[in-house]
Amino acid sequence: MIRKLAQSIREYKKPSILTPILVSMEVVMECIIPFVTARLVNRIKANCSLQEIALYGLALVIMASLSLLFGWGAGSTCATASCGLARNLRKDMFYSIQNFSFENIDKFSTSSLVTRLTTDVTNVQMAYMMIIRTAIRCPLMLIFAFVMAFVMGGKMAFIFLILVPLLGFGLFLVIRKSMPLFRRVFKKYDALNNSIQENVKAMRVVKSYVREDYEEEKFDRAADDVCRDFTKAERILAINNPMMQFCIYAVMVFVLSFGSYTIITSHGMDLDVGQFSSLLTYSFMILSSLMMVSMVFVMITMAAESAKRIVEVLDEKSTLSNPEDPVYDVPDGSIDFDHVSFKYSKSAERMALSNIDLHIKSGETIGIIGGTGSSKSTLVQLISRLYDVTEGDLKVGGIDVKKYDLETLRDQVAMVLQKNILFSGTIKENLRWGNKNATDEEMVHACKLSQADEFISTFPDGYDTYIEQGGANVSGGQKQRLCIARALLKKPKILILDDSTSAVDTKTDALIRKAMREFIPDTTKIIIAQRTSSVEDADRIIVMEGGTINGIGTHAELMESNEIYRDIYTSQNKAGDSDEEK
Amino acid sequence: MKKNKTSKKHTTLRVIKTIFSFYPVMMPVALICIVINAIVSSIPAVFMQNVIAMVEQSWESGDWAAVGSQILTLVAILASFYVLSLISGFAYNQLMAIITQGSLKKMRELMFNNMQRLPIKYFDQNNHGDIMSRYTNDIDALRQMISQSFPQLLISVITIATIFFIMIYYSLWLTLVVLACVIVMLFITKHVAGHSSRYFIRQQKSLGKEEGYIEEIMHGQKVVKVFNHEEESKADFDKINDMLFEESKNANRYANILMPILQNVGNLMYVIVALIGGILLIVQGNMPDTSINVSISLLPISISIVVPFLNMSKQFAGSIGQVSMQVNSVVMGLAGAGRIFEFIDEPKEVDNGYVKLVNAKIENGEIKECEERTGIWAWKHPHQADGTVTYTRLTGDVRLFDVDFEYEENKPVLHNITVYAEPGQKVAFVGATGAGKTTITNLLNRFYDIADGKIRYDGININKIKKADLRRSLGMVLQDTNLFTGTVMDNIRYGNLKATDEECINAAKLAGAHDFITRLPEGYNTMLSGDGSNLSQGQRQLLSISRAAVADPPVMILDEATSSIDTRTEAIVQRGMDALMKGRTVFVIAHRLSTIKNSDVIMVMDHGRIIERGSHEKLLAERGKYYQLYTGAFELE
Repeated sequence: MIRKLAQSIREYKKPSILTPILVSMEVVMECIIPFVTARLVNRIKANCSLQEIALYGLALVIMASLSLLFGWGAGSTCATASCGLARNLRKDMFYSIQNFSFENIDKFSTSSLVTRLTTDVTNVQMAYMMIIRTAIRCPLMLIFAFVMAFVMGGKMAFIFLILVPLLGFGLFLVIRKSMPLFRRVFKKYDALNNSIQENVKAMRVVKSYVREDYEEEKFDRAADDVCRDFTKAERILAINNPMMQFCIYAVMVFVLSFGSYTIITSHGMDLDVGQFSSLLTYSFMILSSLMMVSMVFVMITMAAESAKRIVEVLDEKSTLSNPEDPVYDVPDGSIDFDHVSFKYSKSAERMALSNIDLHIKSGETIGIIGGTGSSKSTLVQLISRLYDVTEGDLKVGGIDVKKYDLETLRDQVAMVLQKNILFSGTIKENLRWGNKNATDEEMVHACKLSQADEFISTFPDGYDTYIEQGGANVSGGQKQRLCIARALLKKPKILILDDSTSAVDTKTDALIRKAMREFIPDTTKIIIAQRTSSVEDADRIIVMEGGTINGIGTHAELMESNEIYRDIYTSQNKAGDSDEEK
Repeated sequence: MKKNKTSKKHTTLRVIKTIFSFYPVMMPVALICIVINAIVSSIPAVFMQNVIAMVEQSWESGDWAAVGSQILTLVAILASFYVLSLISGFAYNQLMAIITQGSLKKMRELMFNNMQRLPIKYFDQNNHGDIMSRYTNDIDALRQMISQSFPQLLISVITIATIFFIMIYYSLWLTLVVLACVIVMLFITKHVAGHSSRYFIRQQKSLGKEEGYIEEIMHGQKVVKVFNHEEESKADFDKINDMLFEESKNANRYANILMPILQNVGNLMYVIVALIGGILLIVQGNMPDTSINVSISLLPISISIVVPFLNMSKQFAGSIGQVSMQVNSVVMGLAGAGRIFEFIDEPKEVDNGYVKLVNAKIENGEIKECEERTGIWAWKHPHQADGTVTYTRLTGDVRLFDVDFEYEENKPVLHNITVYAEPGQKVAFVGATGAGKTTITNLLNRFYDIADGKIRYDGININKIKKADLRRSLGMVLQDTNLFTGTVMDNIRYGNLKATDEECINAAKLAGAHDFITRLPEGYNTMLSGDGSNLSQGQRQLLSISRAAVADPPVMILDEATSSIDTRTEAIVQRGMDALMKGRTVFVIAHRLSTIKNSDVIMVMDHGRIIERGSHEKLLAERGKYYQLYTGAFELE
């Protein structure tokens, strides 16, 4: 896992290595300074000359400046390294997601991907900053201060040999006790926040059923639970502070009593006043770095969850790949399903499609109809190789889809998805998704075919109208017509409309089909629809039911022979409406 | 700016006041412990000075016996102070853990309970993400502030004050030196922290932008694939990502270098104090008769003053560093607290209704109130004028007279709406989005109040009916179905908390949901999570209808309740729906005309007005707007 994450450091290796080095030098300075000050104190005490003090002062100033320089440098390189890692992680994940197949996309929910790219990366960034800065600084400081304490205090420093393991053990116990609690409570906390969100979203339901009191009780129970666990965990963690204070006090008491004794009885030979005070400084350094080590440890354990989630995305291999020797040309718009079966995942028990045998000629118009869950969309998604067939063969233009270059195939098989989306940007920008180099005339032409030109020209900014995220400022019917235009701009050999005119009124719907019949007669057109009126004039209509083809034929034939088709038709109950197609 | 400052002060005071009101005993105890801990922790300097002075006097003679007992006595006193400090330290840390979590819990409950009482208008007008961030980000910021910043600041301030006092006690000159350095430190802090927070704000903005982009692309990932748009989206992402990197690099850099700077200014201070101390010592040594020191203690300057002074200057610098580290979290905590209080202060939904819905039975042709559920309901109507109480039987007769309504001033949504729905009738509304169909239902259950006109329910003005009772008598099935985390059974029972399992199952059968529920992995005990994301939209709508069925209300409002169920399934469900609607007054909103065709009255709405009304046959015969809709000449959206 760590190796995978480390691959994203790349150009930030230099600051990543520089940081610990600078930090180490800073630590050296920080540890030497009390040593020098101890000498200074001694010299002052010995009534030295002013020059000597000034000399020491100068040395100290230089060291402080160096320490500042190193500290400053480390702060900068550390910021660069950690933010750089975050940037690369986000980039790598985003790139990896771009290469996902539909199957990969289905595996992760959108919101989980967003969290991984944002919150999780931030957590790892913080942990990385801690690691290259504090995680090196603290142990180093610990050792240095330890050594210095021995140099200065001699056997007095043995007190640390007792205290440090003691404090270390105490901290270890605290972490061991509190971490599982924290992990559990964070899950509960998430659940609590989720239930608040649920409540906010469902406020109309809550109010119409007069369930305010019920919701309050439910919430209070959950909040109590979270609070109890949090308090428990926090109280364990709160022992750290007094424990630390205890150790410092123990050192103080020990040094003051035993230290004074040593100085006096040895006539200042074994220990002098200056060393005495710096011993206290070192004791503080040792203990606080120990404390920091424990905090870093906690941070890292918490970030490990996030790291795991990031690596999951980075490790996810696209289930679709380009063939070795791809075909870059699609000869025509014919489609052949040869006994095709398909299931969404290997572990799925049921086939989403079973034994589909279907041959579509180039230029044909095919309607597909069937209830929700009859696998209509699944069927067409195989054509542009959004998923790979599980069994059987699928050919486009007489060549197996797996032999095509993916980009070529998807350019020639244009698909208007059921859940279609416009992106924030102008109408033109959105249309150019279909063809980067489309001229204005081409765009207007495509929009005329999809009956979108009419309403676009009523907008004050016309084709430069800004579409808000998710297409919030156009109606559902308008959005669908724009999406069709976008797909038309690809000039594909096969055009698939997956329930793409459901929000368009039947009259406009008919106009779109008429335009397609007249202007792109050679393109194979597959139309999935809920309304029978949308497919009535197709060359052939396929009735899907439970992942199989229930019937194929023209409108008239199916009305005659297919019960499901007749059912759907009568449920929409348009029989006898002669004006419909007017 | 000034207003901002006073409001900050106001928020601070209110946070403190609120916590005190939550913990009127514990909080003062915790405060006292913090103060004791802080004072006791800064006192050792005094003892050190005394001990060092003694050591100084006698180290040359090496006579431990002479001073030994004195030193040990001092250390013993010090030790007892330490015990006090430890006890207080332990106590305040534990207390603060309890107080922090407890206060946050109470704050959350206050927010949540208050939120349940807010009018629907609030939820319509405010972004849900924004409401949520008060529960998450703002509460987290507050936690940081209560549990860490407050005690830390208090300790630092007390430490600074105590040390400052001790310092002037010993030497004014050296204190002045320290003060000068402190001013420099404060200046640097302000400068660097200012830069840092400016970049942090910019980082936050970039982060928001990047999140927005990621969210948009992730939502449209399949479209990206279908259009081979991967490379373009990578390029766009890189641009935003690089910008975020720059901002966050700068923000973190400034935050990171603040500590080394302060620490080394502290070191410089140490040197300067040593130098000046040394000078003073030498000068003093040259004229032993006069004291050049100015201090409260009137002690002459000596090594036993300079050495502890050096330590104190370190501690002083450390405390200032601590304060500067807390600045950011205090600012964020206060901002969070401000938003939380603002949320708690939102005005609640007002209810002046006094007519109540009660169980009733009929004795000798008269309606009598009773405790048990009889299946008969009545409106209990107390008359203030003469103190009498009348009962009206609940039948579900709903009438709107010339109702006008506007969400925003001068933007009327409904004009002169008059609708009579007699008990058992099915009334349908059709019309384009924004025609005002859903608004009518919002008025019926008083999510919003009408501007002009009257709505009468069984002859009673609905303004007189208690909102809770009014809503209990209306069953709502909305287009956006909201399910709750819990089992399928729990979700159905939401309609009537007292319903038995059997009643719930019957309701599901009635709504046509039983079939698919039994096919779920664990049937009625299947857990739903994430708003029932494991169900299809159509299945969720069926559950929502079952929920209304178990509530068994006399009046039902179906707002696009079957819009996501395909027409063939709808036809199958239709029988159940008809059974459900039987004997009830029903308001149906749908844009699929097959759903409403068999209604008693169909209201065609356009721009807030009813433009046509009548039965399906009548409207078709009129060859008006409804006819055009029906024949598909108009787009309903």
